[in-house]
Amino acid sequence: MAKTGTDLVKRGMAEMQKGGVIMDVINAEQAKIAEAAGAVAVMALERVPSDIRKAGGVARMADPTVIEEVMKAVSIPVMAKCRIGHIVEARILEAMGVDYIDESEVLTPADDKFHVDKSKFTVPFVCGAKDLGEAVRRIAEGASMIRTKGEPGTGNIIEAVKHQRMMQMQIRHIQSLSEDELYAEAKNLGAPLHILREIHETGKLPVVNFAAGGIATPADAALMMELGSDGVFVGSGIFKSENPEKFARAIVQATTHYQDYELIGELSKNLGTAMTGIDLNTLRPEERMASRGW
Amino acid sequence: MKVGVIAVQGAFREHIRVLRELGADAVEVRRANELDGAEAVVIPGGESTAIGKLMREYDLLQPVRDLASAGKPIFGTCAGMIVLANRIVGEETNHLGLMDVEVNRNSFGRQKDSFEADLDVPVLGPEPYPAVFIRAPHIQSVGERVEVLATYEGRIVAVQQDNLLATSFHPELTGDLRLHAYFLGLAKRS
Repeated sequence: MAKTGTDLVKRGMAEMQKGGVIMDVINAEQAKIAEAAGAVAVMALERVPSDIRKAGGVARMADPTVIEEVMKAVSIPVMAKCRIGHIVEARILEAMGVDYIDESEVLTPADDKFHVDKSKFTVPFVCGAKDLGEAVRRIAEGASMIRTKGEPGTGNIIEAVKHQRMMQMQIRHIQSLSEDELYAEAKNLGAPLHILREIHETGKLPVVNFAAGGIATPADAALMMELGSDGVFVGSGIFKSENPEKFARAIVQATTHYQDYELIGELSKNLGTAMTGIDLNTLRPEERMASRGW
Repeated sequence: MKVGVIAVQGAFREHIRVLRELGADAVEVRRANELDGAEAVVIPGGESTAIGKLMREYDLLQPVRDLASAGKPIFGTCAGMIVLANRIVGEETNHLGLMDVEVNRNSFGRQKDSFEADLDVPVLGPEPYPAVFIRAPHIQSVGERVEVLATYEGRIVAVQQDNLLATSFHPELTGDLRLHAYFLGLAKRS
């Protein structure tokens, strides 16, 4: 008897993405550029995060026409975003056959208390996290993949670095605790004990952990790999750069060869202008996407 | 025994862990010189388009072909099977093109159709093999020299052609070491 939608099948899908780059795209043409550059998946969107910032208002799931167009254009997996807590957007994406759903803080949350119960779905989910407590809560709800939140659409790496360092530091801390100290730590982190026990034993999250939010250059991608990420999402960084094809290729190669600094230097030559960045000090608190999620 | 695991993208660490558990000296390979002295090669699961492209751009295809023609065993799982195949349905080019088989990518459907199932793999003994299929390919047709090791609902999902071994599924994810042990057995004979 074949079993679909098991933890092994859903988490295994994320395992296959490791060491790779997942790129935001808004149409078939961009999706093809991403696939040709060696992306391991694409995220089908109506607007990339930097344009969502500019547009303001309520950001929702993309028009299914856009997602279908991208699904038809490429043979690599296609991901799409639903709003935090929006069960029906998630069900629609699942019904459409999307390969992975990102319950994402880039869109305006639909629920200010509860995330989607992802364990009830056959399709796997990825969720953002700023720290270990958040990551473990999402895993308990059924997320099969975690990514840093970073600060999407800013081209500024500082938040993604902060979130990945925080998670890695907290994982090392969990490992250093004695078994009887884990109970209080579960309370401190607001995270279920059984998953903390697993981390205590293995020294890593039970699911793949990618970097996202603010990656704009090949060196940024390599930095996130250096800090222990399993792979990277690049949102606005590619198609808001001057030469997307070249940028996409360079970011893929820098992610694979993240410790080959001579090569990353070569890859960074004459790339043209990267996306324009935003200094996070100029963002008002309500403009920060990373604080969405509970 | 040194086993090179192609580490440009995908689930290479899982293969390395299993191979080390079986006593092999498994190493990550991103550049051709890292294949020096390898007695066997594994091409892991991942995205075949990304793995094929990175292997081509970093000159890994020819050294692996050379090892194969010297009789060294090569094992491809899922994307690795696509990289090994001679013909890919709907595509004009191949990657390594070593195995006389035609593969059909993502032929079991999209991610929501991915599944686990127990397989009968006679060369591994009577105990069923736990297989996990993730957006998996299957083999549509095989040449004369290719031995079919397993099928699932009439589709070919594991094959061997002399020193070359390929599966649609992911033996690196399920904790059953028999397929890797079988592969290392081929290396000892070579």
